[in-house]
This record gives sequence, structure tokens and C-alpha cells, in this order.
Amino acid sequence: MGSSYECFAFPRAPNMTSTNLVSRRTLMQFLSACGVSLALPGMSARAASRRREERPKSLITLWMNGGMSQLETWDPHPGTPSGGDVKDIVTTAKDIRLSEMLPQLAEQMASCLLIRSLTSKEGDHERGSMFVKTGYRPEPTLKYPTLGAIAAHELPDPRIEIPQHVALASDRIVPEGGYLGNQWDAFRVFNPGEDLANLSAEVSKERQADRLKGLSVVSRQFEQRRQFGAKATLHQNTLDRALEMMTSDQLKAFRIDDETSAVKTAYGNSSFGRGCLVARRLIEVGVRSVEVNLSGFDTHVSNHEGQFTQARILDPAISTLLKELRDRDLLDSTIVLCISEFGRTPQINPAGGRDHWPNWFSCMIAGGGFREGTVIGSTPHDILDGKTAAPKDPVLVPELYATIMAVMGIDPGKEIMTPIGRPMRFSDGKPSARLLKDDVASAIIRS
Amino acid sequence: MRAVAVLFALGAAFLVFKVVQIAGRVDVVAAAPPTIAEEQQIDASVARLNDWFRKHWEKEGANVAEPADDLTVFRRLSLSLFGAVPSLEDIRTFEADTQPDRIDRWVVQMLQDSRYSDYFAERLARSLVGVEQGAFIVFRRDRLTSWLAAQMRNDASWTEMTRELIAAEGLWTDQPAANFITMARIDDDGLDENKLAGRSVRTFLGQRIDCAQCHDHPFDPEWKQADFEGLAAFFSQAAISLGGVTDYPLDDEQQDVVYKVTDPGMSDADARMIPAAVPFHSEWLPSHGGLRHRLADWITHKDNRRFERAIANRMWGFMFGKPLHEPVDDLPHPVDGEQNALDILGAEFRAGDGRLSTLIRMIALSDVFRLSSESTTATDEDYTAQIRAWSVFPLVRLRPEQVIGSLFQAGHIRNIDQNSNPLIRVQKFGNENDFLNEYGDLGDDELLQQVGTIPQALLRMNGRFTADLSKVDMLTAANQILNLSPDDRAVVENSYLACLCRRPTDEERQFFTDMLNSGKPADENESKTSTKPIRDRAEIMQDLFWTLFNSPEFSWNH
Repeated sequence: MGSSYECFAFPRAPNMTSTNLVSRRTLMQFLSACGVSLALPGMSARAASRRREERPKSLITLWMNGGMSQLETWDPHPGTPSGGDVKDIVTTAKDIRLSEMLPQLAEQMASCLLIRSLTSKEGDHERGSMFVKTGYRPEPTLKYPTLGAIAAHELPDPRIEIPQHVALASDRIVPEGGYLGNQWDAFRVFNPGEDLANLSAEVSKERQADRLKGLSVVSRQFEQRRQFGAKATLHQNTLDRALEMMTSDQLKAFRIDDETSAVKTAYGNSSFGRGCLVARRLIEVGVRSVEVNLSGFDTHVSNHEGQFTQARILDPAISTLLKELRDRDLLDSTIVLCISEFGRTPQINPAGGRDHWPNWFSCMIAGGGFREGTVIGSTPHDILDGKTAAPKDPVLVPELYATIMAVMGIDPGKEIMTPIGRPMRFSDGKPSARLLKDDVASAIIRS
Repeated sequence: MRAVAVLFALGAAFLVFKVVQIAGRVDVVAAAPPTIAEEQQIDASVARLNDWFRKHWEKEGANVAEPADDLTVFRRLSLSLFGAVPSLEDIRTFEADTQPDRIDRWVVQMLQDSRYSDYFAERLARSLVGVEQGAFIVFRRDRLTSWLAAQMRNDASWTEMTRELIAAEGLWTDQPAANFITMARIDDDGLDENKLAGRSVRTFLGQRIDCAQCHDHPFDPEWKQADFEGLAAFFSQAAISLGGVTDYPLDDEQQDVVYKVTDPGMSDADARMIPAAVPFHSEWLPSHGGLRHRLADWITHKDNRRFERAIANRMWGFMFGKPLHEPVDDLPHPVDGEQNALDILGAEFRAGDGRLSTLIRMIALSDVFRLSSESTTATDEDYTAQIRAWSVFPLVRLRPEQVIGSLFQAGHIRNIDQNSNPLIRVQKFGNENDFLNEYGDLGDDELLQQVGTIPQALLRMNGRFTADLSKVDMLTAANQILNLSPDDRAVVENSYLACLCRRPTDEERQFFTDMLNSGKPADENESKTSTKPIRDRAEIMQDLFWTLFNSPEFSWNH
């Protein structure tokens, strides 16, 4: 640590350059060394050790891209015309039977809430994804933020030097900040567990220092006659944050080389499996929301085989994730949501596939105070012409998201003025007690 | 044989040398200055626009910024019309033109350049069909974009283009305008009339009535659900067949095609019959003809001020990066007797046969476009008031393709256009696509004001695009400037011109010449005796380009 002046320099202001500033990390390390308590989790041992209710809530969304078949996973109907060839198995939750394709997850079901009665009106992948990721049906004039972006926006943690909204094994559809601004878009990692792209300077430290010195000369020239305009661009602020991230110890959370081979094997040798492992590491650091993507569920042909292939990737990864979070006392503070843009038809088409079915579909949610070992909603057993049928006890996506927000400490009814001058609530739904443990529900819903 | 091979190798080396030498000439010879055709004089129109703004600023008590220098205006023009900063080649030619009306003549010349037609075609395509690739079998975005580029090259009338787009018939490959219709195809369910109605009103009339599809507009009592449905009904006869887009007045049972709307929760038997109807000024609607032809005539009717105001606002947005009224497609209703800036632009657009070039020239020649982005206001509130009054040029973040376009252009001395070396053009195409994938695309929201993101900053700093285009390599600007400029002072100046389109200040010049100096011994004797590490000048040059590429000035239009 340098002089006392440096130690107590103001940590960061948007118009200050990284070259003449004590970094936030340095300041935090200094405060730590002085015995100043860090109430929120960061990478430091003290902070990372916070558990259970002391720890702010985080969200992991496992996105089953393409339309996961509820009938081959969460909501099997064996022996019925719509059931296909899948059998069901008992689970650790007394009232829940799960598809035989998810044997490891069956052992974790005592910690999980299954919702079998989600509904949507969007049967197109892109529109369906936008609806389920945001809780709002897409419209041409306004982009809504995803649940993860809202969480990162509303619950920023100044101690986190890496992005607080991350998408792992990302695909084309990015979890976006929508009307909150593109700075809340997820930080995309295409190959989790591998080195991150664009995070290392291509030159030596000395050259990098020279470059930044030169940059401050050029930037100063631009800013001095555009004091307020240049500040509003946040250019320097963004650059500083990027530079801070490049040298952050917290980047280690994106790497998995210090994990044992047993742990890595348990998650499975897949991009999704590594993504789940990285998600756990990111949550430990204090990242607010992480999405892990698993593509390949769009089984219009050979549905059974296609869903089975995906289940073999999903099963070890999600089960190990839940187990590890619980073993580390992180499940109470982490909401794990496994969801898809829609379900698949009860009918099996001539190609042995199932088509898009938004009328009802399922999701799994664990941790964070949600009910455990419980199932909500049920679907008809044998509908082959059931387009007008409806699930029992339906749950609306906005209701689910309002509940997740409430659990995380976000007011779902909060209104934000959008760039088109229209105030919008984070969610049109209301938090729902039926999804939560009784004590959590009474604490949250009453307050 | 060996002699032949040696000769061949020497010949090849000479050719490469000449190519590099020619490409690397920094002192580009000025081309003949462009001339303006007599009929394109629009001084009176620009004067009316300037007069309106002058009164507007007086009324608002606005603090008006000083005029910007010509090079800054030239950079703005190049960014808005070509999607990239000007090349050093163009800067030299521009500076060699010392006539007072050089900006006007350059605008005219730029409007005849294929870089303009190609770039504006892509931007217009976004407002017409978004960025979705759609169903390849019936939708060819590339064909639509090529058609738009051809229209731009011919300075075609936007009024006529609009008619063609709305009423297009035929195959999407043969009649590219038909892609505006096929974009709305729904899988196995024909065309989405609602999508076509919403898109048409937003793009051609600059108003958002999409929410009226389900209910009356919550904030604008003039837009009712019935208005939306009546407009959607104009597309009910359109269908896609093997012959392309066609209007079918009769259905399979030889009954008149009727547009029906089934309300949520109701059965098809309860569907409401919706006649094609326009929400206002039905006297503009022709009584005969196909439904889409009639709608096209109504939208483009000479008295429909929404049509001209919509395109004027969009062109303003293209030129400034920020529309006069935001959002670009949510304009208020025109007021009888009122003449604001959009109305003045719109009236001249009509008088100019609906040519987009009229609008572009008016905007480019206006006082507003020439204002500096530098502000002397004392408080943030005053600056905000200046921005609101358009009495200072706004700082607008470059669009993703403008960033890579500028990186690529600044990385080369000469213009990157259709006459460029094919290898460079292929390289540019590949770079552009890869960069946009990583940087992110703005989609339909291209005129929404956004700040940059951390991944974008990381890509600019550490990505391969910056590394490749800043290095001292055979055909790069960094190499040619370093090796062909007469001294270090000129090296710094040329680098600034290529990247930022301005000359360095004394402080900047000193800083970077000092840096370049550290790359060579102080004198000839020192090289033998000094232990001072001597830096690689190629590295210093790359660092200089890296610095300029990452500066806020590079990434923002100012």
C-alpha cells in the first residue's frame, strides 16, 4: 500500500482515469487489512464465508433452450397416449415422480419445487424465450429486461469487479438489459471453464502502462471542452471497469482448473456441466445472476432420443450443482431455476417428434426459500386433441418472477421510466405464497 | 530454370514493392472538387430551417454552441453517410478544396458514392424489416437491401419506394420490395396482418399504434383499437403463393375475402368482420383498386403530413445518430397551422419529389449540423437544456458497424470501397461480421441512445481487430504513416488525421513525438555507447494507434 493519501483517495468517480486512481480493489484490501468488516461477499475469505440468511440472494437460471419436453422430464405420463416411451421413477420427494431420464436429480427432489402448470401464448422460439426470460410478451416498441438483468440492476454489489450478470455457454439469444440499458446485458462466455476472450492485454505491463498514459492525454483533450457530455458517455467509467476486471482476482471464478477431477467429473464432461460448475463459483464470489444455457431440446424428430441425449447432460450437472450448493450452505441464498421457453406437444408427430406446446409446461425451482419436495399444478393424462384443455392450478410466469424478485428483495411493482417515456413495472405479477415455504411467505408477503 | 525463377521472384518482389509504395503514399493528390447541379440548390430551404432554429433557440433562451470546424463536420458526414471515419485520402482531397462551399459540394459527391447507397440501404432495411433473417424460402433480406441500394444510387423517390413496398406483388427474389410483405409470414398460417399494420404505421407514418391491436391506445385517445384493425384489414387479401405475393379478392370458396378478428376466449364463430378503413382523412383513400394499393396511396397522399414528418425524423436520426423527436417512430400528431423543423424538412422533401437526398442535404447544410459538440455551460442542467434545444451537437455513441467500419478505414490510408483491393474487401467483410457478432448488434433499436458495455471495451482494447489494424504491417496505415511521413511530427499528425480526423494539440504532439523518440538513439554515436533501452518504433506506432482507437473521441460522434 502506498501513502496515506493514496489509501484514502476517493475510490472511483466516472470521470477519473484508472491511471491516477487507487483502484477499488486496493482500497478494499486496505480496509480489510485494517479490520474493516465487509458485510457483503467478495472474493476475500471473510466475505465468501457468509452463508444462509446473511448472504444476499443470487439467481442461477438453467435455460433449456429449444423447448424442453415436460413429458420426458418433469411431468411424465407413462402408459397414457401422450406419455410416449418414458417411464417414471420415485424420488426423494414423497409426492413427486420424475422421468427415468433424470435418475440423479430424483435424489435431489426433496429440495425442489416442481411447477407443472406454467402457461404461455408464445409458440415461437424467439418470442417464447423473450416472454419466459422477461415475464412480458414481446412487443415491437419496447424491449423488456430479463429477470437476471433486473436482479443485477437492483442489487449491485460494489465489491464485485466482474460482471454481475453472466451468461455461460451462451447462445444467440442474450439475456438483455432491455429498457434498463445494454450495460445490463449478460456478460457472455461461450466456452465456460476455458480462458475468457479479450481479457488479457496483448502487450507487456510496461507497454500497457504507456498506452494508458497516452490514452489519458487524448481523453483529457476531448473531455475538457465537453465536461458534462463526456461524463454522460460513461466511456471512461466503462474503460476503468474493464481494466479493473482484467486484473481482478475474482476472474478466477471463471476458471475450473483448481477444482478436483472428481468434482469436474461429477458435473459431466459437457459445456453445460462446466457452466454449472462455473456458475457455482461465480455465486460464491457474489455474482448476482448467472444463466447457463443447454441447447438441443427442439426435438421435432425423434423426441425420445433427443430429450434423452439432453437429459444425460442435464442430470449430472444440475444434481451436482444442487448438492454442492447445499453442502456449501449456499442453497438458502441461491435460487436455482430450470426452465424453458415452452413445452412440447402431448401428441407425437409422424416423425416421432413432439412440436412446440406453450399451453402448459414445467419448471423446477430450488433454494432461496421456495417450497421443497412439492409439486404445483397438474396436466391432463391423455390429451391428443387437447388444444383447449388447460392445466390444473396454473402458474403464470409473471407470478413466478414476482415471487423470485420478492425473495431476492426486489419490489416487483417498482416502476421504471422507459426510454419511450412509458413507466413499466418490473413484473405484472404478484408474489405468491403458494410457491414459498410458510415462514418465508409470511415474512415476504406481509412486508 | 534457376535464372528464370530468380527473375520471376525479383519481378514479383518489385510488384509487391510498387503496390505497397502506391498504397502507402501519404501525400495523396487532390481530386477535382465536386460540382453542384443547378437544380440541387436548396439554399432557401436551408435558410428556412435555420431561421426556425434561430427563433427556437431565442424562445428557449438557449446557449448556442460555436460552429464546429470543417474537418469535424466532414467526419460527421462520413460517419453518417458511409458508416466510417474519412480516410486520410479523403481528408487530403477535402483539405485541398479551399472553396467556401466545399461541404455542400462534398455532400453531393458523397451521395453519389456507392458507400452511401450501400450503407443507407442497410439502415433503411432495419426500419422496414428489422434484422431478422426470416424464413429463407420466402424472405430474402439481401435482395431487399440490394434493391434499396439501387434506389439510393438512382436517387429514387421515397414516396414511390413506399408505394412499391406496401403494394408489392410477385416473387421475393424477382420483386425485392415484396420482402416487406413476406417478412410477416407466419409458419403455416399465411401473413400476419397485425405485424404489417404496426410496422407500416411505425415506418411510414412515424407513429406507434401496436398496442391498439389489443386495446385503445392508453396515452393517445386518437388511436383506437378499431383504427388498428381497420388498417390491418388492408393486408387481408395479401397471400403468398408459388407466384409470390398476390392479392386474392376471393377466397377458396369464391367468397369475398373478409378480415376477421377473433377476440381472446371466443370461438371462430364469434369472429368480428372488420372492413378496411383508415383512421382519419378517408377522403385521401381512393375508392377503387386493390386494398394495399389504396392504403399505399393514402399513406403517401400529398397532404398526409405524417408521412413526410416520419421520414424527415428518421433521416435526422441517421445524420445525427439521434432523431429530432425520440423515439424515432413515436411522433406526436401534426398540428394544423404549426410549422416546426420536421414540417419544414417535410415540405421541402415533398417539393423535392420525395427524394431522400433533399432531406440529407438540408440537414447537412443546416446550422444545427454544423454546431460544435463543445459546451461552455456551467452546470449539467444547462448542458441538458442545450441538448434539448439542439443548440449543441449531441455526443452519440457510434453504431457497432460504424466502430468496425472506422477501425478498418483508419487502419488503411486509402478509401475502402468497391475499388479497393479485393483482398482488403474480403478482409473487411469477414472482420465486420466477426466484430458485430462479438460487439453486439443494436437490432431495430438503432437510434436508441445507449452507453457502451464492458465486453465492448474489452473487445476494443484486447480484441484481434484492434491488434490487426494497429500493427505495422505491409498494407496498414500505421506502417505507411511511420515509414513514409517525413518526420515524427508528421507521423503523429497523420495518425491523428487517420484515426480522429483532426490534428493533435501541442500537448498531444509533444507526448507522442517524445514516445517515438524513445525508439531511436539520441544521435549516431549514442547508439554505440548508450545503455538506454531503445524501444521498437513499430511497437510505439502500434501503441499510438491503439491509444487513438480506444479514445472516447474515436467511439463517439461529436
